Amino acid sequence: MTQTSESLPTFPMTRPTPFDPPEGYATIRDDGGLAQVRLWDGRTAWLATGYDAVRSLLADPRISADRGHPGFPFPTAGREALERSGRTFITMDPPEHGRLRRVFTRYFAVKRVETLRPMVQQIVDELVSDLLAADPPADLVPALALEVPARTICRVLGMPFEDRHRIQALDHRRNTLTTPPEEVLHATEEMLAYADALIASKQHEPADDLVSELVADQLGGDTVSREELIAAVRLLITAGHETTANMIAMSIATLLRHPEQLRELRADPSLVPGAVEELLRYISIFHISPTRVATERIEIGGHVIEAGDGVITAVAGANRDAGAFADADRFDLHREARHHVAFGYGVHQCLGQPLARVELQTVIETVLRRIPSLRLAADDDSLSIKEYAFLSLTALPVTWEEQP
Amino acid sequence: MKIIVEIDRCVGGGQCVMAAPDVFDQDDDGLAVLLDTDPPAGLTDDVQLAARLCPARAILVEA
Repeated sequence: MTQTSESLPTFPMTRPTPFDPPEGYATIRDDGGLAQVRLWDGRTAWLATGYDAVRSLLADPRISADRGHPGFPFPTAGREALERSGRTFITMDPPEHGRLRRVFTRYFAVKRVETLRPMVQQIVDELVSDLLAADPPADLVPALALEVPARTICRVLGMPFEDRHRIQALDHRRNTLTTPPEEVLHATEEMLAYADALIASKQHEPADDLVSELVADQLGGDTVSREELIAAVRLLITAGHETTANMIAMSIATLLRHPEQLRELRADPSLVPGAVEELLRYISIFHISPTRVATERIEIGGHVIEAGDGVITAVAGANRDAGAFADADRFDLHREARHHVAFGYGVHQCLGQPLARVELQTVIETVLRRIPSLRLAADDDSLSIKEYAFLSLTALPVTWEEQP
Repeated sequence: MKIIVEIDRCVGGGQCVMAAPDVFDQDDDGLAVLLDTDPPAGLTDDVQLAARLCPARAILVEA
């Protein structure tokens, strides 16, 4: 090490606005794409913010996702408590990872998830109808953004609708960066108990839902233990919840800040799938970024990552790398953005991404079509984000012209 | 064009199905299936995108 850790930049870094990544990401990217940072506990870790560095590290077999490794870096004390409890396939390395992930891949195959589109459309239509039935203005975070994934997950997993507020409250505590570790652990235990009870209820009374299917397909077999299934169902409940909810709010806010592109999108809905990829890239919802630890010495970009060093891959930095996306700080719905790393990269890339795409495409197309006069009801620069694992708007106040 | 899918590496992300639906599908386990081992030249860009997007780097393309 050439610097004392006190002089290093700290991680997580603050954003100048919800829509702009931390300035430190660009500084590091311009200087080789990788640098050391200091964490809350005084330890150091490598922060990768360049596209090539992020992709190559996330795909490197010398990089481990094992949260039990003593060198594993955590962005906050609460996050350490969260990630070190409830072990699932996202915290395992090959080949053990593949054994468990492959149990779940079939349920998230692209064409299978596509069959859920009418159900998601119905959920979005009901929410938009409720919104239009009330007088403007409205806050789209509780009225739409949080509800779409919550109701979708309830339907997919076979959870009672009324349970969603309890789950949201637990998830909110877990993802708030300032929540003390013991509270994070309590919330995680409560979610595991909920997943356990949900599995038991589906054993007792199977229905047409994913948890019933998992119970029928997997429980009693020799691939997955009951404990592993509980942890995985807990993951399925939370993984597509706050990520998608905050993407919906940030996506609508981003479009409202680019009114010409919004008009173009409304006029030609065939642009929606491409626009969603660009929104995923431009926003990069996972604020605290995927984290890993090196298990061997890695030479990269003129630096040496030693075995045991922590590695943080800032996907929000990679997705704004001009080497991969021309004029990367510009939102451009016509851009070819499919090679973004918003869902991560490597063997741990998001399993639920086809469902996230169906939800985002459906919400955006429906809102533009049914609320054509939608606009922000607050100054653009009054939008703010919480201290949160994801880019989470505190509110998204909007208004519209009421139709006669 | 020659395409090789290293199925042991596949993590069922479905990127190949989205990038080149005429060439790749997913089987009952969600793992990649090669539908066309020697697709027409018009699909070269799609196939190369599929290989580039594959998070597990399980798709090899030879010109």
